[in-house]
Amino acid sequence: MKSNPLLPNKRGFNKQGPSKYGPNKHGLILGCFALVVTLALAITQCVTQERIDSNEKRRVQNTLAEVLPALSYDHPLEDNSLQIFDPIANKNRTCYIANLDGKPVAAVLRAVATDGYSGNIEMLVGITIDGTVSGVRVTKHIETPGLGDAIESQRSDWIKGFNGTNLTAPVESQWTVKKQGGEFDQFTGATITPRAVVNEVKNTLVFFESVKSQLFNHE
Amino acid sequence: MNDTVDQLSNPPTDAPDNRQRSNWRTLLGEGLWHNNPAIVQLLGLCPLLAVSNTTINGLSLGIATAFTVVLSNVLVSATRRFILPEIRIPIYVIIISGIVTMIGLLMNAFAHDMFLRLGIFIPLIITNCAILARAEAFASRNPVIESAIDGIATGAGFAAVLIALGAIRELIGHGTLLADAHLLFGTSPLPPLIDFGEHYRGLLVAILPPGAFVLFGLLLVARNLCMSEKTKP
Repeated sequence: MKSNPLLPNKRGFNKQGPSKYGPNKHGLILGCFALVVTLALAITQCVTQERIDSNEKRRVQNTLAEVLPALSYDHPLEDNSLQIFDPIANKNRTCYIANLDGKPVAAVLRAVATDGYSGNIEMLVGITIDGTVSGVRVTKHIETPGLGDAIESQRSDWIKGFNGTNLTAPVESQWTVKKQGGEFDQFTGATITPRAVVNEVKNTLVFFESVKSQLFNHE
Repeated sequence: MNDTVDQLSNPPTDAPDNRQRSNWRTLLGEGLWHNNPAIVQLLGLCPLLAVSNTTINGLSLGIATAFTVVLSNVLVSATRRFILPEIRIPIYVIIISGIVTMIGLLMNAFAHDMFLRLGIFIPLIITNCAILARAEAFASRNPVIESAIDGIATGAGFAAVLIALGAIRELIGHGTLLADAHLLFGTSPLPPLIDFGEHYRGLLVAILPPGAFVLFGLLLVARNLCMSEKTKP
């Protein structure tokens, strides 16, 4: 091998500059490193997999329990879900159905508000069988910290303002932020974020009404 | 490769980074202060500025980065006789990305909420050039123990800046210090060390990226002032 002018010729581990070994040796060494690292990763994966799965499951459970009181159903919600196509959002929504004594009592719907200030706002909306909101939680968002992030339940109680609302109370024209003549507060310096959340909760309620029969009769 | 052993007792001395620094105190001083990766070399600023919005975020990423740089230094140093010059960069990248992926998996398992909060910045530790720089400039030509000490110094230096910036930004922006510590330590929520209380509205800009740049700049000013005081005749 001719020496490569791009490589420093005074390397600590090989003072003669580029090594005398050919590509075969290079490939072999690289392969060995890759193999050992992959092996270590595989072992770590095996050790942590179970715990990661249970972490994720517990997280879903916790959020589901926040939007729907745990006593109102008698089985793990996350095991009883189905996908229903939403023609307005033009994609499938995940719906969890809550049963009590074998009868459907409520559902938790995944919702995504796409018209927030930055990125999608992912939410879970719990709705009882009569169409009343039992709780809303934001599961993922990248709204402005300090302004738009007041939609998180840890930061303010704003999101709890949806509890007990339905499509008739407040009436349809009031389903927006106060700035636009609606029922819901905006926060200081942020109108777009709460408006997006309010709209999406409303859309979810409309969607819920349209698929109610499908949701609760699938078994 | 016969000269590998030879090199151990006689490291090259041509570049400033090649100076033999057998003394661990010198090594620690270099990493923490004189040659701090963040505040002197200005390496790895993307995660530094993005994650340091609270103390606990900075602390978590600092610990993860420090672990990575120590492990990568040790592994690169231990295998340096097999690392041929032509393929050294891919080997460093394999080693570093392997370590970071493992740390990510472990964090996901044992500090799940923190892992979700740091999000993309955990895998992005791989691209922190401070780590690659230590592998290339130090670990690949020094024994394991020295490399480990250098890794600890570099990691601690980086983490210290992350924590300091996180603490300043959290104090100004949220009016708290070390809030949400339970995300990293234990499960029950702990109260913050300092809390200005509800009436403190917070200076929003400190939490946002521009505030990170401004405050980091002020940290640089502070350090440079400190250094110029010392070197005055």
